[in-house]
Amino acid sequence: MFRILKKNLAVGKATLPYAPHAAKTTEGFLGAPEIDPAKCTRCGQCVLQCPTKALTIADHAKEARRSFYISYGDCIFCGLCEPACPYQAISFKGKFELAARTKKELCHELSSALSDVRKDKAFVSTEKIYFKKKPDEISAFRQGDFADKLTLEEIGESLSQKIQKLFGRSLHIREVDAGSCNGCEVEAVNLSNPIYDAERFGVHFVASPRHADMLLVTGPVTRQMELALVKTYEATPSPKLVVACGSCAISGGMFDGNYAVAGGVDRAVPVDIYVPGCPPRPEAILHGIFLALEKRQ
Amino acid sequence: MKMVCEALKEKFGNTIRELEGGTEKQCHVLIPRDAILKTVGFLTGLLPMRLVFLFASDTRKENKAFTLSYVFSHTQQDSFIILEARIPENDPVFPSVTPFLPQANWQEREIQDLFGLVAGNLPDPRSLVFHEDWPRGHFPFKKDFQSQQKIPRVSGQYIFERVEGEGIFEIPVGPVHAGIIEPGHFRFSSAGESIVKLEIRHFYTHKGTEKAGEGKSPSHLLCLAERISGDNSFSHAAACAQALETLADIQVPERAQFLRVIFLELERLHNHMSDIAGISLDAAFSFGASQLMRLKESLLRINERLAGTRLLRNVIALGGVRKDISGVQKQRFLEEIQKIKTDFDSIIQILWQVDSLVDRIEGTGQVKKEVAETLGGVGPVARASGVDQDLRRDHPYAAYKELFFMVPVFKEGDVESRMKVKIQEVYESFKLIYDALHTMPEGPLCSEARPILPLKSALGYVESPRGECFHWIATDREGKITRWKIHSPSFVNWPLIQYAVLENIVPDFPLINKSFNLSYAGNDR
Repeated sequence: MFRILKKNLAVGKATLPYAPHAAKTTEGFLGAPEIDPAKCTRCGQCVLQCPTKALTIADHAKEARRSFYISYGDCIFCGLCEPACPYQAISFKGKFELAARTKKELCHELSSALSDVRKDKAFVSTEKIYFKKKPDEISAFRQGDFADKLTLEEIGESLSQKIQKLFGRSLHIREVDAGSCNGCEVEAVNLSNPIYDAERFGVHFVASPRHADMLLVTGPVTRQMELALVKTYEATPSPKLVVACGSCAISGGMFDGNYAVAGGVDRAVPVDIYVPGCPPRPEAILHGIFLALEKRQ
Repeated sequence: MKMVCEALKEKFGNTIRELEGGTEKQCHVLIPRDAILKTVGFLTGLLPMRLVFLFASDTRKENKAFTLSYVFSHTQQDSFIILEARIPENDPVFPSVTPFLPQANWQEREIQDLFGLVAGNLPDPRSLVFHEDWPRGHFPFKKDFQSQQKIPRVSGQYIFERVEGEGIFEIPVGPVHAGIIEPGHFRFSSAGESIVKLEIRHFYTHKGTEKAGEGKSPSHLLCLAERISGDNSFSHAAACAQALETLADIQVPERAQFLRVIFLELERLHNHMSDIAGISLDAAFSFGASQLMRLKESLLRINERLAGTRLLRNVIALGGVRKDISGVQKQRFLEEIQKIKTDFDSIIQILWQVDSLVDRIEGTGQVKKEVAETLGGVGPVARASGVDQDLRRDHPYAAYKELFFMVPVFKEGDVESRMKVKIQEVYESFKLIYDALHTMPEGPLCSEARPILPLKSALGYVESPRGECFHWIATDREGKITRWKIHSPSFVNWPLIQYAVLENIVPDFPLINKSFNLSYAGNDR
């Protein structure tokens, strides 16, 4: 008993303060790729290296423009694009607070005249690139196998205004793994460790969806977890929030387009907040949760 | 290894022949289908030989038949022998080795589900990978199955093994669990509090990873390998990189070999810390849990500084590593590791003096040595049951050959011994990191990338924190990856839990499960 007390006193307080937008990461943390629009020539070299088609290019013949897209919802933060750029336009500076309400907010576009791009030595024609449709705002969850199981009022209903009033300061979260690699789970568990201690913000992980206000869903939604996810969603009392955590949960990530995955949480249940990252670090998950509660303002 | 091949030929005659394309450490032997039972039986009977895993591949294009491969390890000579048998498409039946080698049970059931081959005489032919809503007749690992294809759902029922009798009741648990863990289903049959039977049903997180890897470029395959099991990202990527490097005939520079050891041991450290913290938490001793979780976080922060990612992703590259540890950073790293070690030491000393913890873990969830051996258990779980095996020592890779370390083995096989193994391994990891940092030579970090060679196959392996992890990669005529087999330690160890919980009480299951700490994602892939 005395030894435990002594050790506790010796260690002291380990918890770090958290202020949205001010949280510092350890030096060296990669974070998200950032593109310098001044240096980028839209040549398309990085697009060839991207494993998840987070970087894409589309040539619009009519307007003679080339559009270059970066989608943080697809990005797995692997860093392969940085050395591929002949103009050092891509850099990783540890940016991690990327959570957004729609997939569209996660996608950024740069465009320039096609004739200028063609002059570039590093030019890659679109024939060599598989183009993935850019994310849109249409709620895709209707495509899910169990979409008809959801009651009508739950589909597409916007709850954001009421939530702060309804939940007050505390928030109960049920974590659902819909087929993740367990990387996101590692970080979600870390949220409760003495360093991050999410409980001090009233964020509490609960054992049952019946007790939950929010579902934190990870993974690309595998075929065999889809029904379990829909049932968990149904079991959560309304009003409820759904946070899609990690690149797999947003777009399917590395596993998109496979026979065994649906490719994103919004293919099965409606999503309120998307948190990019592979995995998102604990501060990024907290940021997403706060964004859902509009505590950010 | 030549001796074993000769012995095989002598015993079974001319029907057996050595195949080309093997390496110094890997010998491929072609055997006829009707000799599978005899040869596998003969090899498992040889003392230093051990069946590691078996798998199928669709080689109808190359060989006009499916291929079944049985990978054996020669523990004393650091080599592998791979028996290959061809299974024709029009008669896709192969003899099951499960009746005399129970460890093959899940592996043969998996082959049935993914390839449509039929294991004759398999005691339990139920579907393993796919659940009841998967229609019959769709086998995704066949080459003619399109990866993007969406298969319609059908209605069906899965029959659990039932225990009947007075006072027996069933407890279904999962797939969505109470804690923040991965999905899987457990069906307990219990009499009062004590567990009479546990049946595990997994593959909720099956993502078809092996199929997704086919045709990918090496750098993209490594990205995918990092996402097989998140907390073992680096181990899986290292195993995959080793296989790719053998295929492309790339020599990894010596400095990179040592750096790989450092990162592999860093991964073991944060995994084991979190396991010991979990055991402490499940035994309701929150002091140990929060202190060790604090240490784990410091380790993750070290990872972040050295590698740029908290789970050691983006470190490995084909032919070496992407990140270096040198100069000021090396000095700081050494100091921090030293501090964490002292901290860990003082926490562990307190843990062993807490009666409430020791009472819970002593004698709980025993796995006998015979059970661990028969089911082919691996890693810390097997070592806690007296099975003395460790790939780092038996088949050294990276720079392990030049480093000295101990392999802790305990014989009781209960939660306590598993915890002891992990604690000892933490100390060994600290020592390995310290030694590797000091003996690491100067030099380049990465060899020049070369294209992988066509029509070859290679094994890559790593002793991950959970046990031995194998990657087997084969290429086609164009030098594209045509089969990627991931053999994760969790896949082998899950069936052991079914034995560990017997005669224990239901509330001890989380504790036992935590002491195994297996990956669902690694198992289901």
